[in-house]
Amino acid sequence: MLDKIGIAKRIAKEVKNGYYVNLGIGIPTLVANHVRKDIEVEFQSENGVLGMGPFPFEGEEDADLINAGKQTITTLEGASFFDSATSFSMIRGKHVDLTILGAMEVSDNGDIANWKIPGYMVKGMGGAMDLVASAENIIVAMMHTNKKGKSKLLKRCSLPLTGVGCVKKVVTNLAVLEVTKKGFKLLERAKGVSVETIQQATEGHLIIDGEVPEMEF
Amino acid sequence: MINKQVPNVKEAIKGLTNGMTLMLGGFGLCGIPEHAIAEMVAMDIKELTCISNNAGVDDFGLGLLLKKHQIRKMVSSYVGENDEFERQMLSGELQVELIPQGTLAERCRAAQAGFPAIYTPAGYGTEVAQGKETREFDGKMYVLETAFKADFSFVKAWKGDAAGNLIFKSTARNFNPNMCGAATITVAEVEELVPVGSLDPNQIHIPGIFVQRIFEGKGYEKRIEKRTVRQKT
Repeated sequence: MLDKIGIAKRIAKEVKNGYYVNLGIGIPTLVANHVRKDIEVEFQSENGVLGMGPFPFEGEEDADLINAGKQTITTLEGASFFDSATSFSMIRGKHVDLTILGAMEVSDNGDIANWKIPGYMVKGMGGAMDLVASAENIIVAMMHTNKKGKSKLLKRCSLPLTGVGCVKKVVTNLAVLEVTKKGFKLLERAKGVSVETIQQATEGHLIIDGEVPEMEF
Repeated sequence: MINKQVPNVKEAIKGLTNGMTLMLGGFGLCGIPEHAIAEMVAMDIKELTCISNNAGVDDFGLGLLLKKHQIRKMVSSYVGENDEFERQMLSGELQVELIPQGTLAERCRAAQAGFPAIYTPAGYGTEVAQGKETREFDGKMYVLETAFKADFSFVKAWKGDAAGNLIFKSTARNFNPNMCGAATITVAEVEELVPVGSLDPNQIHIPGIFVQRIFEGKGYEKRIEKRTVRQKT
């Protein structure tokens, strides 16, 4: 079973040379630390920066320079700043190649819910609805089950949706799954995790086609 | 040169009354119009509708107006950093319209640009699209979202001149340019009001035509919401 860093490391393998990538808050933010150093990638933050760099050194924080998670950041050579409308032009206009975000629930037809638990938690969708409505390549990073042990990979989302039929791939602490027209296709297992364990933790339709290899990264 | 300069924040927000609709720039606490907010708290203006991506934190930014119950309705995309906000929303004291962040930006920009509405794919098939007109273009579904109508737009820039020209700094730019000229009166507060002619016209982000009043604010607090650093190795 993977921890959050393990999930981030596996997703980092999906980041290819020449990609512009938008990372959501949480596990997705960790992906930046594990992308191969020999490829060219630019990270976009929806609050208005392309070419995001690592956190600043102590004493070098700039209140005017943050990421979408409101954390202080730095920029790399070739970076640019822009307004929010331009930022979402990059996103809706399909100029961003890969979107990685977290979720509370994903259904086996690719619906995603990640912004609201009615009557309990309402934080808002931020940029997530724009991202999932537009991106061609969306990977969800999340734990396979919630804190109560219930599956987060469902037949149908129970929470208010963020987007419909948009998720392409899900990477969890147990598995890598592709969203197909027929359901979640199991592509890879985490080291030491059996197909049966994944089956038990998946409420949505799971397609197991032949031998399922262990993840490598 | 048409002079937009006013001596202070009091003059800048003249005409602001209870019940008005405002746009406020900023992302989190980054690039917020600190002086306009402070003055609204001091004046005790009430029943406001505020269009702003976030709602500040409990003791800074729009959180200061929330604490004194000066806001009737918030239109935002993300409000997760403010406990008092969540309390007022869940108890029904505060009306809240949560909308996708790109839609928020584009509804401001539409108002600025003279478009009555725009079609966006964001929110299609979700509760955000409920009751709204939808339409198919090239096999994909879109939601019709109308331009905002606001009385005042409060923005914060890094540098500006008396002509109302503005330059923003780093990610403090965010929604500020999109809100300029998107309300009846746009008030810009700047860290440095420089002499007219000293800004390079090639470098100006927002031309003065979109700004009605401009003033220099002193002593910006610029609070950092999440200070994150790495260690030198």
